[in-house]
Amino acid sequence: MEDLDEIIAEFLVESHENLDQLDGDLVALEQDPTSRELLGRIFRTIHTIKGTTGFLEFGRLEALTHAGENLLSKLRDGELGLSAEITGVLLTMVDAIRSLLAAIESTGQEGEADHTELIATLTRLQQGGAAATAGRHEQPETSSPVGEVIVEHGGATEDDVSLAVTAQDVGDTRPIGEILVSQGSTTSGEVSLALEVQAERRSVADGNIRVDVDRLDSLMRLMGELVLTRNESVAHAAAAGDAALVRASARLNHITSELQEVVLRMRMQPIDTVWSKLRRFVRDLGATCGKTVRLEMEGRETELDKTILEAVKDPLTHLVRNAVDHGIEAPQDRLAAGKDEQGLLLLRAFHEGGQVNIEIQDDGAGMDPALVAAKALELGLVSAEELARMNEREIINLIFLPGFSTAATVTNVSGRGVGMDVVKSNLEKIGGAIDVRSAIGAGTTFHVKIPLTLAIIPALTVGCAGDRYAIPTVNLVQLVRLEGEQAGIELIAGTPVYRLRGSLLPLIYLDRELGVSDPDPERDSVLIVVLQVEDRRFGVAVDAVLDSQEIVVKPLSSQLEQVAVYAGATILGDGSVALILDVLALAQRANVVATGRELARDTADHVDADDRPETRSALLVASVGQARQVAIPLDRVTRLEEFPAASVEYVGSRELVQYGGEILPLVRLTRLLEGAGPRADSDVLSVVVCSSGGRAVGLVVDAILDIVEGGLPGHGNLSGDGLLGTAVVQHRITELLDLEEIIRKADPRFYDAPAVPAEGRA
Amino acid sequence: MSVAQLSTFSVDGYLFGVEVAMVQEVIRYQPMTRVPLAPAALVGLINLRGQVITAVDLRHRLGLGDRAAGALPMDVIVRTGDSLVSLLVDRIGDVVEVAEDAFEAPPETLLGSARELIRGAYKLDDALLLLLDVRGAVELQPAG
Repeated sequence: MEDLDEIIAEFLVESHENLDQLDGDLVALEQDPTSRELLGRIFRTIHTIKGTTGFLEFGRLEALTHAGENLLSKLRDGELGLSAEITGVLLTMVDAIRSLLAAIESTGQEGEADHTELIATLTRLQQGGAAATAGRHEQPETSSPVGEVIVEHGGATEDDVSLAVTAQDVGDTRPIGEILVSQGSTTSGEVSLALEVQAERRSVADGNIRVDVDRLDSLMRLMGELVLTRNESVAHAAAAGDAALVRASARLNHITSELQEVVLRMRMQPIDTVWSKLRRFVRDLGATCGKTVRLEMEGRETELDKTILEAVKDPLTHLVRNAVDHGIEAPQDRLAAGKDEQGLLLLRAFHEGGQVNIEIQDDGAGMDPALVAAKALELGLVSAEELARMNEREIINLIFLPGFSTAATVTNVSGRGVGMDVVKSNLEKIGGAIDVRSAIGAGTTFHVKIPLTLAIIPALTVGCAGDRYAIPTVNLVQLVRLEGEQAGIELIAGTPVYRLRGSLLPLIYLDRELGVSDPDPERDSVLIVVLQVEDRRFGVAVDAVLDSQEIVVKPLSSQLEQVAVYAGATILGDGSVALILDVLALAQRANVVATGRELARDTADHVDADDRPETRSALLVASVGQARQVAIPLDRVTRLEEFPAASVEYVGSRELVQYGGEILPLVRLTRLLEGAGPRADSDVLSVVVCSSGGRAVGLVVDAILDIVEGGLPGHGNLSGDGLLGTAVVQHRITELLDLEEIIRKADPRFYDAPAVPAEGRA
Repeated sequence: MSVAQLSTFSVDGYLFGVEVAMVQEVIRYQPMTRVPLAPAALVGLINLRGQVITAVDLRHRLGLGDRAAGALPMDVIVRTGDSLVSLLVDRIGDVVEVAEDAFEAPPETLLGSARELIRGAYKLDDALLLLLDVRGAVELQPAG
């Protein structure tokens, strides 16, 4: 009896997995109703369940799956076409099977649920097609003939094999392998290899075993200890100078590394194991809400540790539910707003900076910051002063505050639902983070970041103030070594920048950022680790680059959660601990990148896709006259120069200076921007050299103030006056310059000059 | 009469105890990796057989003075919840059995603001044994 219990338990586990797969397959089949591959897989799944239930004497389950199988075989053989009704009934059948299995799991019996009606429907649908055939012909699973396998492996040509087959046809009774060998077409080694492969293919179903996750965990722990012991013994062997010992430890080293990788891989699963269940979920939910939603997925193969995958399942489902329920509008509203009737829900997953990023993006109505702010104020979660200091993004993120989302009225007001604080805290429990962007009318994007706590990542080990830190190489662009008096590093309003191939690279001094500056800052060289996060580049200045190796990411204790600049810790070859830098958090802390992926606003309608990066790049802030403060995209700035006022020459009404053998036209922003007030007279002109459309131009400003990260422009779009918009930077209204417009205004022929190939390219 | 078993250690002349069951092991001082920007009492990370463990210096945590130059602390590895933390102490003591009826509230004047980390005191024959609130001791406020 015990054996039977075990068989049933195994059957239940297996069936649940199969059913999850089935949900996804059926929904996918709706999109692609003729896919033989999908139909074949669905058929096999039901067939497997039916076979086992018959053996275990679960009559109801058998009757149900039998009816389903007959219908599916019609579909598979092309005798019936897939209709919405059939899909619906098949999904109902999956649910019925599930409830029967649940009954078996809890009571050991099938229960009393009556499915005769469903079975009748299944049978009716099956007969609705072409002439009903009594039996079905199930194709036996064929395994590849030996000859084919040999050809696949390049052991013989197809011609050789067909020659051998012909020999068999005319009476040669020897096995095909033997004939091939005697023909001299292949070797006996190839034949035995092919036989092995063939045997393997037959038993592919038996090639998997289930392993308890706890066993994998203890394997992981032991692995960690083995790695350290390996490191120690390798170090000692080298010191002992015994050649045999060194060889043995080199082998140990190699094997341990491979073993480590295998063990880590064992725990990884693609995110699709969670996502595939969402297909059905979205379909059903959409139907309930009267909406049609197209679910798209990118990066389904992105792998995560199993425990983490389990932990993100519920938060993800919740976010998807909210997106369908509240985010995406009803079809008539969408049509009225000029959108496609079908809503789009996009799931993206990708690795970045040693973390897994997941985005849930809808093209729905978006959230109104004003309404969110009003609600938060009304609930007493923030004060009016706090709100005044917040930007739109921070206001939208208030929905994660406990108490905000539990208010029942919020759904109507903000278009976003209940329990966001729970989503946030669940993600934080596993060291993750969540951020939301929304644009009214354009949609909402949730960005989830989860650490890879158990992964191996390639990393660069760097030295800083006597300590060692690991930087994930996924962000690494290049290394730059500067000799001498930190040549090439300039200070722009206190922010150090380095000019790297024509563009200005904002720099972070790691020791200063971490507050561990050496008391003696005398350095004769500096190393810059150039990193890229999203589309922003910046440099991290360190003392030394020590090593590049694969590291095992270890989680940090809860006490270090608030210190956001570390992604984890690792153990180096000598057994000491090194912190892994979270370069994105570090860059955010140092204010060189924005705090997340910007959702492109579609309010600035003339800003096309190519210009979008500009709206979220670092900005150079300068003062013009007494009254105006302007911002220039830093990536357009090539140099900052000062020219003596006397060096300005005139051609007609244009001002020019000679600059590096070229002629640089100057644009006085004071004259261009009306109301800037009189410029303070000075002997020296501060000039921001910008290149645009392959030409350079010098913008004369009064003072360089700062470099800031711009989520700009915030408000207004007064097209045609040389401005892209305005935002508040350091308590002052700052205007983002429209470089092309300004140049055109100052010199209408700038873009007409024959030297410039393509107008508007800039 | 019920009896409790306490693992004892001393910090700046005070005698502390924690429940024996909470202590996983005691090891000699380990080289540590400092953690910039972390709370002050979090003095570093140690490698305990492949596991990265946070070390909290009880002198810092209890607001006591610095250890004498050259004096190396000991690592008392305690288990709180599902994580391990190393408490840095001056010297490790014996495991003692204390009677529950010798337990009383900690003296008012003791240890200033850190008094909240003391759950109570046992009067021993020759000393006062302070029962440390381990959970409280390893909960650290972020650095300002």
